[in-house]
Amino acid sequence: MGVYSCYARRYAPLVTMPITAPASPADSAGGPPGTTGPAVGPAHALADVTASDSALRRFLHGLPGVDAVGLEARAASLGTRSIKTTAKAYAIDLAISMIDLTTLEGADTPGKVRALGAKAVHPDPTDRTTPQVAAVCVYPDMVATAKEAVAGSGVKVASVATAFPAGRAPLGVKLADVREAVAAGADEIDMVIDRGAFLSGRYLKVYDEIVAVKEACGTDARLKVIFETGELATYDNIRRASWIGMLAGADFIKTSTGKVAVNATPANTLLMLEAVRDFRAATGVQVGVKPAGGIRTSKDAIKFLVLVNETAGEDWLDNHWFRFGASSLLNDLLMQRQKLATGRYSGPDYVTVD
Amino acid sequence: MTMDKQSSLFEYAPAPESRSVVDIAASYGLFIDGEFAEAADGKVFKTVSPSTEEVLSEVAQAGEADVDRAVKAARKAFEKWSALPGSERAKYLFRIARIIQERSRELAVLETLDNGKPIKETRDADLPLVAAHFFYYAGWADKLDYAGYGPNPRPLGVAGQVIPWNFPLLMLAWKIAPALATGNTVVLKPAETTPLSALFFADICRQAGLPKGVVNILPGYGDTGAALVAHPDVDKVAFTGSTAVGKEIARALAGTRKKLTLELGGKGANIVFDDAPIDQAVEGIVTGIFFNQGQVCCAGSRLLVQESIQEELLESLKRRLSTLRLGDPLDKNTDIGAINSAEQLARITALAEQGEAEGAERWSPACELPSSGYWFAPTLFTNVTQAHTIARDEIFGPVLSVLTFRTPEEAVAKANNTQYGLSAGIWTEKGSRILAVADRLRAGVVWANTFNKFDPTSPFGGYKESGFGREGGRHGLEAYLDV
Repeated sequence: MGVYSCYARRYAPLVTMPITAPASPADSAGGPPGTTGPAVGPAHALADVTASDSALRRFLHGLPGVDAVGLEARAASLGTRSIKTTAKAYAIDLAISMIDLTTLEGADTPGKVRALGAKAVHPDPTDRTTPQVAAVCVYPDMVATAKEAVAGSGVKVASVATAFPAGRAPLGVKLADVREAVAAGADEIDMVIDRGAFLSGRYLKVYDEIVAVKEACGTDARLKVIFETGELATYDNIRRASWIGMLAGADFIKTSTGKVAVNATPANTLLMLEAVRDFRAATGVQVGVKPAGGIRTSKDAIKFLVLVNETAGEDWLDNHWFRFGASSLLNDLLMQRQKLATGRYSGPDYVTVD
Repeated sequence: MTMDKQSSLFEYAPAPESRSVVDIAASYGLFIDGEFAEAADGKVFKTVSPSTEEVLSEVAQAGEADVDRAVKAARKAFEKWSALPGSERAKYLFRIARIIQERSRELAVLETLDNGKPIKETRDADLPLVAAHFFYYAGWADKLDYAGYGPNPRPLGVAGQVIPWNFPLLMLAWKIAPALATGNTVVLKPAETTPLSALFFADICRQAGLPKGVVNILPGYGDTGAALVAHPDVDKVAFTGSTAVGKEIARALAGTRKKLTLELGGKGANIVFDDAPIDQAVEGIVTGIFFNQGQVCCAGSRLLVQESIQEELLESLKRRLSTLRLGDPLDKNTDIGAINSAEQLARITALAEQGEAEGAERWSPACELPSSGYWFAPTLFTNVTQAHTIARDEIFGPVLSVLTFRTPEEAVAKANNTQYGLSAGIWTEKGSRILAVADRLRAGVVWANTFNKFDPTSPFGGYKESGFGREGGRHGLEAYLDV
């Protein structure tokens, strides 16, 4: 058990409220949106820290601080790893297999989504040994189209929901958003947290909302929780948000929407990898990580994989536990892959536009 | 996923830096009065690569006659060099700094070959700091009037400088840059296991058109150094190395007019409080003791951890140590390189064995050592007390002694309970505690929430048996001025 199990241990005597038993899915499945009653999180060693707003706050503020200079220096230092030849080939294929190929534009059409789906299944039409990507990521109204486009391939369909990207809608609307996406066949839901609630210190509200969304996902859809780290601004906040997400039952914690100025960075992703590592040590529960936005080159992607390898460890080197939220990254990976195979650079006309 | 899983999923392929960027000659002479020359008695010694024991080159070994010739050359050059306007001396130093930057890849590879430290460190730490040091003191050369030592402060004359093998080129820069900026001329003796980068620096002096005799380089062993510091026409002695040799030098210089600065050993305390940023503290502990295989005078070789978080911290630290990559120093992914010499390896080995014999608990991550060369696995000792030899003696290797404390009071007392006083580190998120503790630590450098960070603008030096005098910053000028 790691650092955090100790925090939980030390913390336990402060929590006086009884541990609430998790509700069975049947209890809440039929309830109308927004009226699911008090949220009940998953059962694990730290369940009692979410017993009340003040308990949660004390727990989150009791997490070790993050020294920004040291964190960024560590991320930069891991960025100097030199990944060559066989290691590079492995990393490129792994990175391709981890992509959530994403289109999240007002201008998305069924045609665009179908093109994206085709590319997800066969990223490089000239080389069928190229792995397929992990998922396509679309808005909820495009889930059915995306599902059709990747049918039978094993590529998942992820849908952003909960009034993405701002998340400024009533809970009922957010949950309806989620349910629609799940009903349309989404395998994964990418929700945004209520940053307003987080920044005003209402951590339990953030937590409850994630629990409610998790419930709306049902048993089949995996939940990715987006923190919008660029808006949380400090590393201490990112660590706290990571723990709220994990405590609430997130399957993945995700940096960003890709819609703000600062998205995934090596430092914030490193921090979140430390969080999932520590959470597993404390609870036995493994949670995935998804950096999203701003990762455009193979070189960048490989740096993130090095972070995974040397922070969370190789248990996370699998697309079940690590994803890249990206769109243009795929073509750069494909060009690098062709370079490794042929010994020369091809160029943008030798990969497909989507 | 469609890929096959390998046993170790993400195995980094070898990524060696090319050796071809550096051309090491079969033999090198002494650098005296602007020319390379053989030793008067024709003596030579071999320098080997510590990671492979391969002989890199044969180097002339300076004797007393050579020392005398070099000091005379420096004395002769001093007259004109010290008379140059500071702005002119600055031009040479700026030129040297730029050439170092231009040749930094070559010098980094050379240093890694001769010293055994990873290319990651020579490339990202040593060489950038070397260039920065010359740039920094180049800037002072025409501003000495404003250094706080009165108008027109005068140089001392000929400086005899003896440097160690742990940062060969960086220690050269620490010695030569301030000496030249203030108008002194120098005779420098590099360590016998790492003479090559100093000889390449001699070539850089020629490339920069530095007047003859201003810089003289005399490779050799301890007797060469002893002859140099004892030479009657040397005005200033600067030494970095072991406390034992430092004491000898101080005795030799007692009663002479020579000005002396000593930068000696250390047993730095790295103090981790229970409110520390744990993940970054772990990084800092690693940097503190495993940077340059722990062969650092200011290494954080004593970890003082608050007892209440000892278990968790050690667990995190051990996990982190398991990710360190030990091996070929030229590989860009190597974190831990070779120990500099068989002699040093024997010393580290003996002290570690003594630690075990005295009852401390030894731990190393699973780590395969190369079959040739001088290697020592990163090592951690727990159950160490102030009474253990490994808590008191400088090991100068990748060996960390872990001690605990209960209160800030106790942390300060234990940190100061050493014959040394070179460095210390404080890890806490509480700013007021940093200030309060730093104030009471008897150490020349105190790092807060970081460790082993160097900058030419910052003075560096010791308390107690770690030496006296400061190098770096404005304070570093004083050692070379008649003030």
